[in-house]
Amino acid sequence: MSDSILQPPGDIELEARNLSVLYSEARAVKEISIRIPDRKVVAFIGPSGCGKSTLLRCFNRMNDLIPGARVEGEALFQGQNLYGPGVDAVDVRRRIGMVFQKPNPFPKSIYDNVAFGPRINGYRGDLDELVERSLHDAALWDEVKDRLDQSALALSGGQQQRLCIARSLAVEPEVLLMDEPASALDPLATQKIEDLIFELKQQYTVVIVTHNMQQAARVSEYTAFLYMGELIEYGLTEEMFTNPREERTEAYITGRFG
Amino acid sequence: MSAKTARTGAAAAAPGFPGDANLRRRHLQERGVGVVLIAFSSVSILTTLGIVAVLLFESIAFFQEVSPVEFLTSRRWTPLFVEKHFGILPLLTGSLLIAAGAALVALPLGLAAAIYLSEYALPRVRSVLKPVLEILAGVPTVVYGYFALTFVTPHVIRPLFPTADYYNALSAAVVMGIMIIPLVSSLSEDAMSAVPRALREGAYALGATRFEVATRTVVPAALSGIVASFILAVSRAIGETMIVTIAAGAAPNLTLNPIRGVQTMTAYIAQVSTGESPHGSLEYRTIFAVGLALFTITLLMNIISARVLRRYREVYE
Amino acid sequence: MSARSDETLATAPGAPHPAAQRDPSRFRPRLAARRRGGTIFHLVTLAATLVGVFVLALLLVDIIRDGAGLLSTDFLRNSPSRLASRSGLRPALWGTVWIMVITAVFAFPLGVGTAVWLQEYAPDNRFTRLVQTNISNLAGVPSIVYGILGLAVFVRAFALGRSVLAGALTLALLVLPVIIIAAQEALKAVPSSIRLGSYALGATRWETVRYHVFPLALPGILTGTILALSRAIGEAAPLLLIGALAFVDFVPRSPTDPFTVVPIQIFNWVSKPQPSFHQLAAAASIVLLVVLLGMNAAAILLRNRYSRKN
Repeated sequence: MSDSILQPPGDIELEARNLSVLYSEARAVKEISIRIPDRKVVAFIGPSGCGKSTLLRCFNRMNDLIPGARVEGEALFQGQNLYGPGVDAVDVRRRIGMVFQKPNPFPKSIYDNVAFGPRINGYRGDLDELVERSLHDAALWDEVKDRLDQSALALSGGQQQRLCIARSLAVEPEVLLMDEPASALDPLATQKIEDLIFELKQQYTVVIVTHNMQQAARVSEYTAFLYMGELIEYGLTEEMFTNPREERTEAYITGRFG
Repeated sequence: MSAKTARTGAAAAAPGFPGDANLRRRHLQERGVGVVLIAFSSVSILTTLGIVAVLLFESIAFFQEVSPVEFLTSRRWTPLFVEKHFGILPLLTGSLLIAAGAALVALPLGLAAAIYLSEYALPRVRSVLKPVLEILAGVPTVVYGYFALTFVTPHVIRPLFPTADYYNALSAAVVMGIMIIPLVSSLSEDAMSAVPRALREGAYALGATRFEVATRTVVPAALSGIVASFILAVSRAIGETMIVTIAAGAAPNLTLNPIRGVQTMTAYIAQVSTGESPHGSLEYRTIFAVGLALFTITLLMNIISARVLRRYREVYE
Repeated sequence: MSARSDETLATAPGAPHPAAQRDPSRFRPRLAARRRGGTIFHLVTLAATLVGVFVLALLLVDIIRDGAGLLSTDFLRNSPSRLASRSGLRPALWGTVWIMVITAVFAFPLGVGTAVWLQEYAPDNRFTRLVQTNISNLAGVPSIVYGILGLAVFVRAFALGRSVLAGALTLALLVLPVIIIAAQEALKAVPSSIRLGSYALGATRWETVRYHVFPLALPGILTGTILALSRAIGEAAPLLLIGALAFVDFVPRSPTDPFTVVPIQIFNWVSKPQPSFHQLAAAASIVLLVVLLGMNAAAILLRNRYSRKN
């Protein structure tokens, strides 16, 4: 099976080593080992319930918040185990950001949404400049620059999601984890998000969970196919979609199940 | 987690984010808040411990002078007279008599109201009637007591029962029953609304009328919740003080005749505490002995009610 | 029903339709009678609902009729006296204000703090469930038992005597479970997506609660608190135990002073045999009900304003 799991070249930003996640006895992620290279986009695909979101959440310690969830194995960030003793989950989450499936802006102003993260993390510097830069990087600045103090809830779904991305960028993370970021959006908004991801990967490592295979094919350089908590295949996106090595991968990609 | 490779040099020691010192401060704050919140939460536990300790402590002292057998079986309660008897039965029957009377009023009316609001009423009607019924629960009990004594007894009880005493159990029971209606109707209605629509539709689809669906399908399905509300209502009736003190009297008669005056456990406690009994005396201690009986009875009923309710919830949620 | 249950509907034309096997006379739906019964039942339940409303109206009319004539600024300004015509509500009103303020000062932080701990911090284990059950039980304890507790602990053990402070602490314990339960509901209503968004940005649990969860839950918490306090305002039994004197003719000037409250004044007046004092009780009841109306209206307005905003 290890033939089907690629060992990508270059610097490795995130790595899982025999990583398992158990929800009170049920194993949602089964001893997965995978390497995410620096400043590339990696897509996790697979049918519902295959564990791709759970695996994603390991990398920013969000599974800690689920009562009864237990993690075994290692999840490494730049070589250090995120679950090691003395590792501060709060610090991890600043440096490894997350965007959720359904946009979840705070019921505050656009400015305050973006400024919240820097404020609590004690940002020293020009907050206005940081907010503007973050909104620029999230391709939202032009649309909101005149109404920064308006409620974030007045934005459209696609705008709200880009706001959530801006908010995550404002704490200057090194990795962006995106859990089906466009699945709640219309095609036009989805397009904008995908274009954004293409820009973001120049500065950030991006891991995106998606159930939309065309999206994975469009935005990612590497793709991982998960099934029932196991990593079935991992490789260059182009190769996986044209010439998958595993039968199950091919079955999923051609739509025979999922 | 501050080791960084040279590659990410620029962003790493981000001049914007202070890092360790900031994190330490915030975690310290976090721990401080946790301690304060736990301290606050312990007040609720201390309250229960306090109630139990106080009641037990003084009651034990009481029962060193008065035998528990007399307390539970004697039929006379005269702790404030020269010739003292300490049988709680008159107070107990007083409380139960009035609670039974209140239940006779509140349970059928409350359940019927719940059925109406849940199965018959149009949403607009319901949105008006339900809050109005809730108002009944919000009227202070002293006001109910006033109503019972100055209106119900002379204008309702006496015309029907000319031999009724000025202070009588019936007046207090009826008024208390009215006060408790929202308790029964609210909880029963919640129980009935939780019955899945699919169940109702199944019955309708078999050609049942609304009456049959309500009485043969919904009410039986919601029965645990309804019974729980009944128990809770009776418990509330036993624990109520002001209506009975004002309208039912201060004479601990051992009787089941509702047109006579009785004294309930709660009314007795109110009477002694507004009296002149010196602290530490036997009379003073009766407060705690009677209080212990009252607390035990209502606690048991509340626990049973909660258990019945939980069994109901397990079935439907 | 039919003996030939394996007949399909697509029988040869001209063959007897299976429906002909049915015998309608075996069912007696008696629709008309059932409908009639149903209508009667409908009316019965409606009548039952209206009984409560009717009695409430009766009560209000009775009280207003008895007491409205006595409502005047003199009534609010006088102190109780042996002469009914000179008695007033002033010490009781001020006593109520004192008690309510101090009760709120203690009950609000304790109640909200406990709710926050239970909802946001406490792990789901047996101890937490015990605390939760304990609070539900406390909500059902008769108010007079709280009075007994207050007497033994605050009046005697803490040596606070028959003071405003002892009474307020007792009432605070009484309303605490109500506030906790209401605050918990308000906290539960905050969507978890907000919390997740905050944590994902590297916020601590306290920061998440303080900047996001609590502000969103605040209207609900305030509404619940106002409703809890409106119950406390009408309480007499626990304060009787504390020793709130019914013949207080001065306004409390510090938390250590003796006091009386409006419900106890009503109790005192209605316990007297003379009808003139009963009228005073009715007038005081009107005042009390008006205050309660105001508090409940404020709570409802608060709830509506914030649910519309969201």
